[in-house]
Amino acid sequence: MEQDVLQHNQVMAARNRGYFEALNIFALNLVSSPGSGKTALLERTLADLKETLNFYVIEGDQQTVNDANRIAALDVPVMQINTGKGCHLESDMVFEAVKKLGMKPDSILMIENVGNLVCPSMFDLGEQKRVVIISTTEGEDKPIKYPDMFHTSDVCIINKIDLMPYLNFDLQRLKDYALQVNPHLQFFEVSATTGEGMEPWYAWLRKQLEKNQ
Amino acid sequence: MHELSIAMGIVKIAEEEARKAGASTVEVIELEIGTLAGIELESLEFVWPVAVRETVLEKAEKRVQVIQGRARCMDCDTEYEMEHFYDPCPHCSSNLKAILQGKELRVRALEVV
Repeated sequence: MEQDVLQHNQVMAARNRGYFEALNIFALNLVSSPGSGKTALLERTLADLKETLNFYVIEGDQQTVNDANRIAALDVPVMQINTGKGCHLESDMVFEAVKKLGMKPDSILMIENVGNLVCPSMFDLGEQKRVVIISTTEGEDKPIKYPDMFHTSDVCIINKIDLMPYLNFDLQRLKDYALQVNPHLQFFEVSATTGEGMEPWYAWLRKQLEKNQ
Repeated sequence: MHELSIAMGIVKIAEEEARKAGASTVEVIELEIGTLAGIELESLEFVWPVAVRETVLEKAEKRVQVIQGRARCMDCDTEYEMEHFYDPCPHCSSNLKAILQGKELRVRALEVV
């Protein structure tokens, strides 16, 4: 016998992916350290695009429904998963949440993972794209300190660029490190607070949904 | 600490295989873990006794074969050993690489009674 330890997770991820494809749902797995602004980025994106695109959100946190409440305040359907002591979402948790969401076709599903740059990297949730978010208040060397997450991501959003004048942060250096780990990464530089740089990210989201069709 | 999830996954596989074989306990379990698999062996050791308590693996000897990361450069075809995802090709310094091995995380064999 030979068996992959993550096989159960991968089978359920494949099941999720098939479901998303059948309904033309573009699913994103948002990962980052705590405090990089994942939820703020999500709020801004939903507020700006919810009139033109259908969104659903799954929130993963160890405790509280605070993030789900922030999303629900925008009238976007949301499911909160509390992982308790768990440090990451797994595909069967997403499967259960998706069943309850009852999504309409041609939508975007944002899965906000638990804030943690290590553990979520190993667990495929069935997403089409993985998006790692890093903020300018973190060190430029995060990509090489936590290479697994940057290696498995497709997109890297650099948040809080409005704070750069006050910080000793070298944007090019961060990108160079990230590209060393993963030469295929696509970058967006944004401020979820001021809205700066959000338009290219929105254009990318629209294009992905069209490409899916 | 995702190693606990991983250990529980291993227990699940062992329980299933033992059940199929009609066995009540596992004597030896062989694992293959790549250096790029995202598993900290020390963390796995730490959570192992908790994860296997009162399961078929409780008394099992765990043998871990570590598989060294290897890549092939996509620019110059050089094959090289890698410790980290960001290790460039030693020949041409390119970061474009195909990972040949090192991401394994498998149960290779079980000995049951």
